[in-house]
Amino acid sequence: MSGLDLVIFLVQQTMTFAIPLLVVALGGLFAERSGIVNIALDGTMIIGAFAGILFMHMMQVSVTGQGILILSLMVAAVSGVVISLVHAFASINMKADQTISGTAINTFAPAFAIYVARMMVGVQQITFKNDFLIQKVPVLGDIPLIGPMFFQKAYITTYLGIAILVISAVVLYKTRFGLRLRACGEHPQAADSVGINVYKMRYAGTLISGALAGIGGVIFVVPTSVNFNATVSGYGFLALAVLIFGQWKPGRILFAAIFFGFMKTLSVTYANIPVLSNLGWSSDIYKMVPYVATLVVLALTSKKSAAPRAEGIPYDKGER
Amino acid sequence: MKGKGLGNPLQRQGVQNTIAAVIAILIGMLVGLIVLLFTDASRAGEGMMAILTGGVSDMKNLGQVLYYATPLIMTGLSVGFAKKTGLFNIGAPGQYMMGAFAAVYVGVKWTFLPGGIHCLVAILAACLFGAVWGILPGVLKAWRGINEVITCIMMNYIAMSMSNQLIRSFLYDRAKNQSFRPAASAELPKLGFDTIFVVEGGTPSSVNAGILVAILLAVVIWVILEKTKMGYELKACGFNKDAAKYAGISEKRNIVQAMVISGALAGIGGGLSYLAGAGTGIMVSDTLAQQGFDGIAVALLGMSNPIAIIFTGILMAYLTVGGLAMQSFGFVSQVITIITSVIVYFAAFILFFSQIIAKLSKGKGQKENANADVTTGGGNPPPVDPGKGGEQA
Repeated sequence: MSGLDLVIFLVQQTMTFAIPLLVVALGGLFAERSGIVNIALDGTMIIGAFAGILFMHMMQVSVTGQGILILSLMVAAVSGVVISLVHAFASINMKADQTISGTAINTFAPAFAIYVARMMVGVQQITFKNDFLIQKVPVLGDIPLIGPMFFQKAYITTYLGIAILVISAVVLYKTRFGLRLRACGEHPQAADSVGINVYKMRYAGTLISGALAGIGGVIFVVPTSVNFNATVSGYGFLALAVLIFGQWKPGRILFAAIFFGFMKTLSVTYANIPVLSNLGWSSDIYKMVPYVATLVVLALTSKKSAAPRAEGIPYDKGER
Repeated sequence: MKGKGLGNPLQRQGVQNTIAAVIAILIGMLVGLIVLLFTDASRAGEGMMAILTGGVSDMKNLGQVLYYATPLIMTGLSVGFAKKTGLFNIGAPGQYMMGAFAAVYVGVKWTFLPGGIHCLVAILAACLFGAVWGILPGVLKAWRGINEVITCIMMNYIAMSMSNQLIRSFLYDRAKNQSFRPAASAELPKLGFDTIFVVEGGTPSSVNAGILVAILLAVVIWVILEKTKMGYELKACGFNKDAAKYAGISEKRNIVQAMVISGALAGIGGGLSYLAGAGTGIMVSDTLAQQGFDGIAVALLGMSNPIAIIFTGILMAYLTVGGLAMQSFGFVSQVITIITSVIVYFAAFILFFSQIIAKLSKGKGQKENANADVTTGGGNPPPVDPGKGGEQA
């Protein structure tokens, strides 16, 4: 592989790993900015991937093409919203410890996915035909360097991820809704006193996070596999880490996701990279690279945590 | 508050929490029954009976309940202890794996040690490795202000690859793709349990001294938290770290201390589970230890109370054994996981349930006192909705 080809390959791989992390971490961002800790991202991804891929599996008997992928993403978003309603109810109405219902969902999701898959498909793995790879985007794919990196051998999910990033940033920082949502995560009492319905905003934040995590589940599965086996390899937890690494800010989350995605790429493609393969480490050592690198970067760059101040604290109108 | 409630047991926080936990369990069972009915209505009754009675159907199964409960109690204690001090130790899976590796390493390699000592050293090694795995998140939290959740998640994956690597380097049984098994001298003593928990003619249950170690450590942790200055300081940090700081308690030292102890507990859990003499080594695989994540559920259901964690650990194990019995009626084991998750979910409502119980019991008199009961929750989570209580009084 020539030097340039290698760079192009690494960029493509990095996007494959980074985009689902980005989307799910942005989901977490909406929940946490509204004041709800969503540790259930992993479970929500599993539910989303499960519903989306099951839909794909059933539809692909008769139809093919990108349309199916888009519909599956919608199904995943809806299922993510449904499961996060469960989390929102416990966290907002019941004022429960938010890690508990999150843990419950993380426990529930894989069991539910396996159970239903066995009931409906007969086996645990749900297969799908992966004919979603776009060989080359017209016009844009012909741009030198940029074309092969971002517009050849790509999935529409990559562009969807970028679109979600831009929309999220605009919604959070340029709209009234975003300002109100952030206020509920920082100082809900103050938000309430100026007439913002804290409960409603927190529901909105949690449900948006459910939709994005659900979508993220499908985005994770489609480019890397041809079946879904009730797991997203802990990506929901990694997304949580990316969210914290990104200091709860969209731009930094993008950076954190790309950093992690790149490290992950190095750890699986080291055999193609002379500098790395010459080190002669075992595969297990390479596998540790992304996690060790993240710890090192965190330790070197950390500053005061920018976590939303009221996150994890149930809001009680009566205590104002 | 404990004193005040003597007249009416329903007004004691502990009793309320227990009743609330039982309600959560009942709801979980109900959901389980519904799932079974959906799967196969004709055998749902039998399946449910298997879940409910599987753990006590014979002496061997009862032993198996205690055997499965051992690591769950340990990881539950680990998560619960950290939680009491305001930290969320999601790193229990990694600490558990490192503890397991250390114990098996000593168990396989250090055969020069005499019988009783060998096992003890193996457990100490597990404790040490688990503790070491807890240090880094603690230090990074204390001195660099890095959220322990992110460091713990990273440490989990590092532990996973590290333990695979170490096993491949030192203890690899290529044929089985797992580590060698610890020598017999490193196995936990059976203490005669194998003659009690057995069905005639069958192989005895794998239960061993580990369950006693787990229960003993739960009591020790309870004593540390409730009866010592160190425990008081740790809890103070968890409850209100600014107030604790103001009172002269070193927050940094406490965070590291809490993570180290928490890691050690999870590490011992890993050790106990692989020194049980159940005949398996550590599998080489790219998955995190489920017992670590189950510990989160065990701790949360037990409201991080060490004594309650003994019971919630046993409960989870009971469901596991019942689930094995259930499978013989053609149901998949995931039904049990679904039940567990529902129980954990409704455990989040404990506060809500106990409030209702408090209100109901208040209706029987003592109107003035009851309000104070809800609002002065002792060492428990912050009071909820005094506004509503006020309307009633």
